[in-house]
Amino acid sequence: MISVTNLSYAYPGQPAIRFADFACRQGEHLLLLGESGSGKTTLLHLLGGLLRIQQGVINIDGTNLATLTERQLDAFRGKNFGFIFQKNHLVSALPVKKNLDLASYLAGKNADTNRSTELLGLLGMQAKAGAHVRTLSQGQAQRVAIARAVMNQPSIILADEPTSALDDKNCYRVIDLLLEVARQSNATLVIATHDHRLTSKISNHLRLAS
Amino acid sequence: MTLASLVWHYLKAKPLNTLLNIFLMGLGVAVITILLLLGNQLQEKITDNARGIDLVVGAKGSPLQLILCNIFHVDFPTGNIKLNEAERIAGHRMVKRVIPLALGDSYQNFRIVGTNAGYPELYEARLAQGQWWAKPLEAVVGATAASLTGLKIGDTFASAHGLGADGHAHEAAPYIVTGILQPSNTVMDNLILTGIESVWMVHDEGTSNTNAGSTRELSNPSSLVPSVAAGDSTKEITAMLMTYRNPIAAIQLPRYINSQSNLQAASPAFETARLFSILGVGVDVLTGFAYVLIFISTLSIFIALYNSLKERQYDLAIMRAMGASRTRLFLSVIMEGTTLTFAGSVLGLILGHLAVHSFTLVSAESRQTGFSALAFYPEEYVLLMASALIGLVCSLLPAFQAYRTDIHKVLANG
Repeated sequence: MISVTNLSYAYPGQPAIRFADFACRQGEHLLLLGESGSGKTTLLHLLGGLLRIQQGVINIDGTNLATLTERQLDAFRGKNFGFIFQKNHLVSALPVKKNLDLASYLAGKNADTNRSTELLGLLGMQAKAGAHVRTLSQGQAQRVAIARAVMNQPSIILADEPTSALDDKNCYRVIDLLLEVARQSNATLVIATHDHRLTSKISNHLRLAS
Repeated sequence: MTLASLVWHYLKAKPLNTLLNIFLMGLGVAVITILLLLGNQLQEKITDNARGIDLVVGAKGSPLQLILCNIFHVDFPTGNIKLNEAERIAGHRMVKRVIPLALGDSYQNFRIVGTNAGYPELYEARLAQGQWWAKPLEAVVGATAASLTGLKIGDTFASAHGLGADGHAHEAAPYIVTGILQPSNTVMDNLILTGIESVWMVHDEGTSNTNAGSTRELSNPSSLVPSVAAGDSTKEITAMLMTYRNPIAAIQLPRYINSQSNLQAASPAFETARLFSILGVGVDVLTGFAYVLIFISTLSIFIALYNSLKERQYDLAIMRAMGASRTRLFLSVIMEGTTLTFAGSVLGLILGHLAVHSFTLVSAESRQTGFSALAFYPEEYVLLMASALIGLVCSLLPAFQAYRTDIHKVLANG
């Protein structure tokens, strides 16, 4: 599913960050552990095609990411990945359900209104379908962001520090939810985090040296 | 979910900004539309009404007044001219055709024009019902005049002196309506036509021994008013509308008339051009004002887009992460800008037409002008296209900004 070989990345004027080779099978989950500045986000963005590869190879489901043009990469992201960011970044101009529909529209699929309704129901958010994003609590916004990430039934869900700002109770609720939605769509979950509470939930770890 | 609905939601998220921008653009376009409608229709009316008239001859005074009074019937006469002097000019070899006019009275603000059959012929006016006047005090009423005064065939009415409704009423000699004209969209619509003899008769109240209108054959009738003898020194008319026999007349005839007699000749083409150059200054100021409004709205839309894109860079990055191509984001910003300017100019066109429409409703005078709010000109399509183009121009830079969003940087710093 995911295989990384000889990957390194250098920001302008800084020494290159080298990443250990690793591979991950379909449906397997992975934690990218490391302190701030260890390159977790960089690796996650390289995996998700948000950052172009400078050196090394990332192979996703048989596709070498480096060979894709910018436009192909956009389409590839929409088709294969679901993203969850630390701040949930919902599109504030759109109501809740439209935020989900936007994901399928941008991925080039027909706006599947059943899927978004179904997902909102699954997360206990159906009452908020037409609500303004700004009226949501942080927990609700996170659930919408998770729903959005799995909207197109991606094969890989990439999450960047999804739980670091949460207390224990919410932390476990979110990770359980993530594992549940990943299981339902048989997706691989890759979480970049320094939150050690997650290590008990996902056994597959990749520790990044700082 | 489509790009259009995304754009719509972004516009809706900032309703005040959106409304302000649309309204600013609308105001500018409305002013241009009003100027366009009035200007074009005025031009059409002037050319329609002055068609076939090369020269107007009347009493000395302002040449512009002579034109306004005798062709467009919006000003007062400069005075009267003697029939025998008029005959002398009318007989000039360079004159092809002459139409005499006798003005002075009105009915409910509609001018009564004493003339001959050549006058309605000039405008190709047709009768909608009834027949042309044959005897003195018989009158044919223009379409607008008939509908606004309610005059019907067989009705009688007393004329009032001057153009106002409160002039001295000539009740001793009432007119009778014998015909109603079809609308011709010319000055005919606002006139009440009758024979010259009628006008004389109304003003000769008391001095009854007029021979006007008598059926008695004259051995040497006047070329202008066949019912009186040629060379009559007591009768007067207001003006004559003339057509030249040849192009040389355009140079020689006005000079001849202006230098050799008590009369004055004015060219409609020249005087209306002069009128337009006087009005032109005001029109230019208004047009300039409209362009300033449009420029400000363009600037305002540009600033709004530019600023909102700064707030929206997370949205843009997220949308890229969800599979949106750079081109699609570029397009969405362009659509947002053009939607604003296009909606603004549609609003402007509607406002402009409404303004002209309410202008035609405010008073009887404005209704008489015959301006229509339902006239549409190709320039309006040009306005719509141009406004879309303006939207394109002012959203180009913000759209390029959206295109260039560095998703990694934005998302990593989030």
